[in-house]
Amino acid sequence: MQLLSSAIGRKVVMAATGLFMLLFVIVHLLGNSTIFAGPNAINAYAEKLQSLGPFVWAFRLFLLFMLFFHVIYGILLTLENAAANPGKYAVKKMLKATFASETMIWTGLLLLAFIVYHLLQFTVRVTPDVVLGNDAKGRFDVYTMVAGSLKIAPIAMVYVAAMVTLFLHLSHGIQSIFQSAGLSNDKALPQYTVIGKLLAVIFLVGYSAIPVLILAGILAK
Amino acid sequence: MSDHTSEHRTMTLKLIVWRQKGQNEPGRFETYVARNITEHHSFLEMLDVVNEELIREGKDPIAFDHDCREGICGMCSTVVNGVPHGGQERTTVCQLHMRKFKDGDTIYLEPWRARAFPILKDLVVDRGALDKIIQAGGYTSCHTGGVPDANSTPVSKAESDYAMDAAECIGCGACVAACPNGAAMLFTGAKISQFAALPQGQVEAPERVAGMVNAMQECGFGNCTNHYECQAACPKGIHVKFIARMNREFLKALFRAKSGSHTFIGEGQD
Repeated sequence: MQLLSSAIGRKVVMAATGLFMLLFVIVHLLGNSTIFAGPNAINAYAEKLQSLGPFVWAFRLFLLFMLFFHVIYGILLTLENAAANPGKYAVKKMLKATFASETMIWTGLLLLAFIVYHLLQFTVRVTPDVVLGNDAKGRFDVYTMVAGSLKIAPIAMVYVAAMVTLFLHLSHGIQSIFQSAGLSNDKALPQYTVIGKLLAVIFLVGYSAIPVLILAGILAK
Repeated sequence: MSDHTSEHRTMTLKLIVWRQKGQNEPGRFETYVARNITEHHSFLEMLDVVNEELIREGKDPIAFDHDCREGICGMCSTVVNGVPHGGQERTTVCQLHMRKFKDGDTIYLEPWRARAFPILKDLVVDRGALDKIIQAGGYTSCHTGGVPDANSTPVSKAESDYAMDAAECIGCGACVAACPNGAAMLFTGAKISQFAALPQGQVEAPERVAGMVNAMQECGFGNCTNHYECQAACPKGIHVKFIARMNREFLKALFRAKSGSHTFIGEGQD
């Protein structure tokens, strides 16, 4: 399998799995935004999703599969790269590399930890601080669960910190998808870079707005 | 005639140089003083001056690679103050001049550092790995004999310019030295792209990309993570678009192999 063993093949795997997770990040932000429309909107949205049954599980398994390959190959490539460059320079001046590009493995591992935390909290629903229940219409009350959890300052701060990490990871990662998949050239690359950074900022602001506004008492009173 | 005032203005510089007796010997930094350096000296001429003094003192001169000294051969290879070739845009270290430095400057000199480039002595490394990549497919096979008629194989101006931009690579290895991953993807990408753009390169295209990428891995080079340090350090300004082109050529070859129109080198060997 050249796609999994060759230097370029594995980069393409990183790009493809990254792309699917990026698409999920976009969809997830749109879904989350229903919270701005109030309890009814997000609870209705959540029930609609849950009613899809097997599709939800197929979607979850697919994403888990993407995540698995992205993490495994990310770690593998990082170890290989460290081995390929063992003799460090006494003086090394970076000309183009950025903090984001140099810390991909660390922001990636932090995001993995966050994903585990986030799934435990809102998917498995391990929420010792919040009483879970149904809303007036008999649907599971996602709104109360989210608002109740994010009113707690340390939890809200974990979410904001995770979104800063996501911002760093994607501000390098998005343009990387196109370059690694061979979809780039001298004219397109600067555009991918701008679009990638713009999307990363939108995710940072959009996602962080929820914990920040809840903590500030503006979104959920 | 000559400008006597500038002739007399000389610099004294402190050099901190990586010294290593042989491939498997331990290396360390040694400090030297470069005296009587004028702004007209090239960087390598400055090293010549230092070496002449070392030889006079009966010491081992600093070994460094060089050949044409006009920026086209790709032999010179020294990391100056943390940047391969010294950091002047599109300049090999032989074309770097001492007017870029100030009297009293401290300059760090290190060899290219990458697993695939073992240090032979001081600042000299073995870049034979790049030759192995070329041997694995960096050529076209053609009939010998009479000179073909001009334009018998049409090549558009745009394509020939693109191929020339890729072919500008002098194979010095600065891209590898600059890469935090010790990857040779800019070099390999440029060598693949120059053929991929031309009709003469089409026949062996799938075998070329498969073979050269394989050789790159076997030589112990790392993997690209898109820092683009390579392009910034390249004395010929080779663009990272050629890495994207290589990736594209690789995928094209892979899908053609899957559809059975040719065999992919390395397939079934694991």
